[in-house]
Amino acid sequence: MVTAVADRTPVIVGIGLSDYPKAPHLDSIGHHAQAAQRALADAGVAKADVDGYVSTAMGGDDTTVGMAEYLGIDHRYIDSTMTGGSSFEFHVQHAAAALREGLCETILVTYGSDFLSRMGRTLGTGGFGRASRHIGGPPQFEAPYGNTLVGAYAMAARRHMHEYGTTPEHLAEIAVGVREYAGLNPNALYRDPITVDDVVNSRLVADPLHKLDCCVISDGGGAVVMTTAERARDLPQPPVYVLGAAGGQSHWNISQMPDFTSTAAARCGPEAFAQAGITPDDVDTIQFYDSFTITVLLLLEGLGFCKQGEGGPFVAEGHLRRGGKLPLNTDGGGLSSCHSGMRGIFLLIEAARQLRHQGGASQVPDCNIAVACGSGGWLSCIGTVVLGREHP
Amino acid sequence: MTMDVRHVDEWTKPVPAPEPVSSEFWSAAAEGRLLIQRCPSCGSRQFYPRALCTACGGVPEWEEASGRGTIHTFTVIRQQGAKTFRDEVPYVVAMIELEEGPRMMGNVTGCPVDSVSIGMAVRAYAVEAEPGVAIPFWEPSP
Repeated sequence: MVTAVADRTPVIVGIGLSDYPKAPHLDSIGHHAQAAQRALADAGVAKADVDGYVSTAMGGDDTTVGMAEYLGIDHRYIDSTMTGGSSFEFHVQHAAAALREGLCETILVTYGSDFLSRMGRTLGTGGFGRASRHIGGPPQFEAPYGNTLVGAYAMAARRHMHEYGTTPEHLAEIAVGVREYAGLNPNALYRDPITVDDVVNSRLVADPLHKLDCCVISDGGGAVVMTTAERARDLPQPPVYVLGAAGGQSHWNISQMPDFTSTAAARCGPEAFAQAGITPDDVDTIQFYDSFTITVLLLLEGLGFCKQGEGGPFVAEGHLRRGGKLPLNTDGGGLSSCHSGMRGIFLLIEAARQLRHQGGASQVPDCNIAVACGSGGWLSCIGTVVLGREHP
Repeated sequence: MTMDVRHVDEWTKPVPAPEPVSSEFWSAAAEGRLLIQRCPSCGSRQFYPRALCTACGGVPEWEEASGRGTIHTFTVIRQQGAKTFRDEVPYVVAMIELEEGPRMMGNVTGCPVDSVSIGMAVRAYAVEAEPGVAIPFWEPSP
């Protein structure tokens, strides 16, 4: 007798965003809850059927165990991995393995942050992790010097310019292209078109990064529902298949970055692509963590979309623009639309929207394969997820 | 003595909280010595100080550095929300590559911010933040 083996290929079957970019009526927990409701409704899954729960937080009230209680989820799989903004790409790696292994059947991933309403626009320039005057642990070797989050990325940008001749105009091109997509997103924080000149003439925040090289600060949350391909057959949305997922870390604190011009993307990118059996040429759209323009450049090089050091000229050729061969951040990205602290989940949500061909005005034509690549910390922890429209 | 130790009327910036491993570094700085670690097993040098060698897992020993280095990369902080640093903008935050190999973060002072460049030679001095705790800073080599 032949027994049919259940198809446990991991898939994303539901996505949801909470109100953004300004939502003073929601606290962080409220963003988690609203995004969860919307993702479950999108997936056609009852909350009672969720048996896996995943989230992470930046030290607020929304701890993973606290949120599991708040949402009322009886989980048999839980993951609170915290790698900064890339956490959700690592979550997918873990969730995919858990689903294949049969640890659970349906996983809910949530994120929520009221950063703009609670903290104002302080994340990048002084509002990050300075609660006490006496600093312990490894940060004590950085804290006396007054570096900022922007300053950390600026040091990477400066070194890249020094070694490879990358210019402020190259970096600016990234911000200009993402802003064009933001113009198509009615919810985006900033929607008016900008030019390369606008970016390089905006004020320097931390040399060589200008104001328009930096992501926005917003409120916002997101949720993703994952299950098996078997179960997805009974659900309303086209399943988005997890074709590959890998992560890596090169350092945590910026002063420990071994090479200021390259990241762990150079390791985890090729690994995720190999799992998926694809090359960079097969990718139809990239949803990359655009905390700063330099972040995108380093991820492009790391994942092999161009050679190390050639990111500047590659970007200048316009590939990342609407109509280019590799459209970037079709929701308007963190640079123009929504960045509430840890953007990684929005990369997955927008990639899924594109692969479901529900992108509306910003739909990438014939979108079959999308890559979500998150960067957490200070270019520290990189997670790469390859998603596809067709069953592998 | 590797570093000139200087005093300020009032230190208002963050202060390191010396811990079992780090306390030796800060107190040595107050005496004008800049310490890094070297592993007697594998010879690897490292900074910041840790309880183990990141290369081989051995137990590192202290080594006095020359206090000379070059700027590996840097930024000029021009916008700063934290009160303790706001009045100092623009200022330079740099990664200093020590003559001995490891890098450390620091401020480069004593020169216009626009004169700082990658590869520039710098030397360390120390500023006392609390009795027995001094913070290394950097200025252009003469």
